[in-house]
Amino acid sequence: MQFKPYARSLAVALSLALVAGCSSTGGTQDGSMDGTRDGSGASSTGVSDGRASGSGYGGTAGASGQQADGRIPQQRTIYFEFDSDRIRTEFEPVLAANARYLRENGNARVVLQGHTDERGTREYNMALGERRARSVEQFLSVQGVSPSQVEVVSYGEERPAARGQNEEAFAQNRRVVFAY
Amino acid sequence: MKSLMTAWLATALLLVSQLAQANLTIEITRGNESATPIAVVPFAGGEGLPEDVAQVIHDDLERSGYFEPLPRRQMMDQPASANEVRYGDWKALDVRYLVVGSAEREGDGYRLRFELMDVSGEKRMLGEVVTADSGELRGAAHYISDQVFEAITDIRGAFSTRIAYVTSQGVGDNMQFALYVADADGHNSQQVLSSREPILSPAWSPDGRKLAYVSFETERPAIYVQELGSGKRARISSFQGLNGAPAWSPDGRRLAMSLSKDGQPEIYVMDIGSRDLQRITNDSAIDTEPFWAPDGRSLLFTSDRSGGPQIYRHDLASGEQKRVTFTGNYNARGRFSPDGESLFLIHRSGNGFQVARQDLESGRLVTLSDSRWDESPSVAPNGTMVIFATQQGNSGVLGAVTADGRASFRLPSAQGDVREPAWSPFMN
Repeated sequence: MQFKPYARSLAVALSLALVAGCSSTGGTQDGSMDGTRDGSGASSTGVSDGRASGSGYGGTAGASGQQADGRIPQQRTIYFEFDSDRIRTEFEPVLAANARYLRENGNARVVLQGHTDERGTREYNMALGERRARSVEQFLSVQGVSPSQVEVVSYGEERPAARGQNEEAFAQNRRVVFAY
Repeated sequence: MKSLMTAWLATALLLVSQLAQANLTIEITRGNESATPIAVVPFAGGEGLPEDVAQVIHDDLERSGYFEPLPRRQMMDQPASANEVRYGDWKALDVRYLVVGSAEREGDGYRLRFELMDVSGEKRMLGEVVTADSGELRGAAHYISDQVFEAITDIRGAFSTRIAYVTSQGVGDNMQFALYVADADGHNSQQVLSSREPILSPAWSPDGRKLAYVSFETERPAIYVQELGSGKRARISSFQGLNGAPAWSPDGRRLAMSLSKDGQPEIYVMDIGSRDLQRITNDSAIDTEPFWAPDGRSLLFTSDRSGGPQIYRHDLASGEQKRVTFTGNYNARGRFSPDGESLFLIHRSGNGFQVARQDLESGRLVTLSDSRWDESPSVAPNGTMVIFATQQGNSGVLGAVTADGRASFRLPSAQGDVREPAWSPFMN
């Protein structure tokens, strides 16, 4: 094809973007898993554990209300009840920590990635995932975060964090991830 | 124009090897007890051919749910033409119809001759000679299946159509997605697109030459239209927020879609030529999953304006919107039957999500599939079958069920999850 040289440079750019995207969101999940799994750490999917050791985020996950020292908060995932976009009280400190980081780092940008479990139709879930992410967006806005720092992207049920048709997997998949 | 070129260049990147295969196999899961007994005799001279033509026809007819083909081992005789048929033998086996034929090489291709007999009437119903290029033997067999099916049922056969579907492997941030097209029986699969980001909602243009779909390859959802022959494509909708659920108008000139650029997901209709948008819904609820009526005069869509998802119908001339589904608290992703008289949808029952059919006149809803995790129903162009996504073990597979729910089959894949099937229109 006549497009080859340009295509190749695009390919390099794209793969770099992919690498960047993966490493940044890879850590997100690990931190959140350590902090928020509901005490039933036994039947892990195996994937999150492997990633934790690989990406170097694993061992240090601590309390959600981390001090704002210019570092991106450790905990960047919050979970939702079935068929709900309500922010659970237990995750308000996570949102507060991320809101503080965004307020204090005016140049920081975050994509709120909304996810659902796999029950129901895909496009309808795409809309539900957006509704979850928007509910987080609104929370951040109330906390004084500038709308220009925040973007909402719904993945619906397309990127499950855990596989399987059981409540534990579903609970891990109903989430909003802060992707910085 | 430049942005269009860029979009096409990006396609070249994502079009991984056309050789990549993800063929599906067929497993009949439920036979139709009232299926018509038929026998498809092995074609004379077919032994050395790369495909067993009679077996392809046998499988097509069996999969349709309308026929129960006689196993070969029960055949007492293998006639090659009408004048060799001893009707008494076939009557003794309770066979109602009989397909016989022969195959021979001709140049680089093949010459197939087949005849269809009504056994009880002892008469020949159909006979034809079909020539096929090298590599087109299965296509020729599907053509014969179409002729046999129509001669007996008066319904146009859909064995020569295609399906599109999406595969995925992995979990979380380490996933690989691909869009495929294959023959309706799962053979001859070809990769259309591969991406590390989600691909969903493939929809065939009415002429069967293009697919519209949603791809996240820019890390944002966007709607693309791709020509299958050339691989050329264009990104036609990439607004802020959701760009989803593309649905072709019957004339192929417009796409209905769901966009959340103004806040909530709303239904829009885009003129593909001019890219002009017409807004169809305007409320604070979710509105998505549009689908055109066969006459092009109304649209189905899913909305949660009543609290949970239900299906509504929008009349394009009057703008009137009416709720269509009332059975249960979850009905979504409606698809019209080709005659416009019923719709196929996903219905939540006490036991998960199933494919259901609702008669539009009476409002009566019948559940067709029987697993707990069924989704994405897509109707064959002749209205006789619905293909959908289901679960087998821990894997996503495709399933299909006849429109009356009497027969069903599955198309397991060797690797990964398969979902989002879309049945093509008639190709000829």
